[in-house]
Amino acid sequence: MARYTPPHQSKIGQIIDVIVLLVLIIGALRLPLWLDLAGGAKDPKPFNPTATWADLGQDTPEKIAAYNALGFDSPDNEALQNIITARYDYTIDPLELAIMIVVVVGYFFLIIRFSGVEYKEVIAEKFGDRK
Amino acid sequence: MANAHQAAGGKVEKISLLRVLGPAHVWALGVGIVLVGEYMGWNFAVGKGGAYAALIACWFAGLLYTCVAMIDSEVTSTVAAAGGQYTQAKHIVGPLMAFNVGLYLVFAYTMLEAANAITLGYLVSQVAALSGYTGELDQTPFIVLTILFLAWLNYRGVLATLTFNLVITAVAFIAIIVLFLSTLTGTTALNHAGLMAGDASLPYGAIGVVAAMHFGLWYYLGIEGTTQAAEEVRSPARALPFGTMAGIITLLIAATLTWYVCTGVLPWEFLGDGVNGSVAPLFDTARLSGSTFLMVFLGIGTMFSTMASANGCINDASRAWFAMGRDHYLPQWFGAVHPKFRTPFRSIIFLVPIAILFALGAPLDQVITFSILSGLLEYTFMPINVILFRRKWPLDTIKRGYVHPFHPVPAIVLLCLCAVTYFAVFLGYGTQLIAMVGFYIVVSLWFHFWRYRFVKRGDQFTMPWPRPRGY
Repeated sequence: MARYTPPHQSKIGQIIDVIVLLVLIIGALRLPLWLDLAGGAKDPKPFNPTATWADLGQDTPEKIAAYNALGFDSPDNEALQNIITARYDYTIDPLELAIMIVVVVGYFFLIIRFSGVEYKEVIAEKFGDRK
Repeated sequence: MANAHQAAGGKVEKISLLRVLGPAHVWALGVGIVLVGEYMGWNFAVGKGGAYAALIACWFAGLLYTCVAMIDSEVTSTVAAAGGQYTQAKHIVGPLMAFNVGLYLVFAYTMLEAANAITLGYLVSQVAALSGYTGELDQTPFIVLTILFLAWLNYRGVLATLTFNLVITAVAFIAIIVLFLSTLTGTTALNHAGLMAGDASLPYGAIGVVAAMHFGLWYYLGIEGTTQAAEEVRSPARALPFGTMAGIITLLIAATLTWYVCTGVLPWEFLGDGVNGSVAPLFDTARLSGSTFLMVFLGIGTMFSTMASANGCINDASRAWFAMGRDHYLPQWFGAVHPKFRTPFRSIIFLVPIAILFALGAPLDQVITFSILSGLLEYTFMPINVILFRRKWPLDTIKRGYVHPFHPVPAIVLLCLCAVTYFAVFLGYGTQLIAMVGFYIVVSLWFHFWRYRFVKRGDQFTMPWPRPRGY
């Protein structure tokens, strides 16, 4: 195989590539945060000003003592209730699960296939074409 | 590997990374990055499934990382060059896979660095509050200064950086042991039975155990970073497997002790909420012990572990970025070595603002999830990598520094555990998972159809190996 000579990339071309990468990186990682789509489906129950320790599921003296030691003297504290009552929602949406599987499997399929094409060129140039 | 530097008088001299590191440095690089996982972040696993779920996740994650270490040690002891898994992928799977692996490494470490800076900022605010400061402390300058200081340290040289890591990692590990010993002497009272009674044991049932695997990875994430120093260790075939395996054992011990002590002192809801509840669980546990010595020691341990981790992250991320620049996978401007300090200085500087951007603007659990997702994609690549490695170069064709046993069992186990962890991330953080994989798909298309034209084909294969079988 003839040796491949890559084109020279100008400084401006390099800068444009860096900007494209930065936009992709920041977009992919920050966009879900900006759109408030990221994070767990973890919501606390509405604040109950008359809640007791038992209402909050703190059913042993050790649990109550631990919260007291952390500075929560009383259960009628909104910050405390937000911590104690928040729960994840693990309801599985089959469509979302299917999308996740297709995206992950499709991604690996794509990169292994494209890599294979590129790898053949690398080996052919390094070791020469097979006779 | 080296790059050319035009010296005075027009003479061209070769500048390469220095081979100055031993097994202890490799251990310090691996454990130094990861030990912070015991000081913060792992407790989100308690939030996702309860205390027992976090322990089960800790052990299964330990199994996952044992497979990672076994596989990685064999390939790394044979492909001993800067870039670690990136260089492995280049030789074994192909350029696009290598480009992706390079990005996994950079993002896993840069997000981990951001998480460390967030924790350090929180710790400073806690110390201010305990010292009697009543206002709202602005954590921004502490976060920014930490990242800048460590980037400067990395800019100056790898030996000083990793020697610094060796010392502060050892102190942080001793702090965990001391806290555990305090439970034996009665200084720290444990109440596992009372705190885990009723629903507190497994609040979500069996699905919570699966969900906890998501943050279970945090106990160990980054241990594979030992391979990044391959070009800077004196004896890669000996130091890399030894340092990595010793690191895994250290982390298994530290993770189990951490879980045992923290779940015996902190209620699971508080422990499991790393944003509004316990940001630094070991420090909070020491605080509740009533011992000022323990509180100060674990505060120092938290500070040291976050600094050691951020330090190692800058080291690893910049070397992966550097390696990609050197190969023209990224603009070649990044592939420069500093003529005096022999460090990839441009890559170090470039990644600083990205780390700061995330450290200042994102909640801890989401920054950690970004880091874990990049790590998870990397671990999924590893079994594919080792299976292809053995197929293309069977054991009798090239000499390996280390041969991992029971192949392909570790690869299959690793692949299965990765599949479980994808599902665990999907439970609660599915949007981030799809956004991140979507990013890798787009950036892969950009590489294959645009960037790859600047890559010299034959130069991607630098190992003195025979032609791979089947090609």
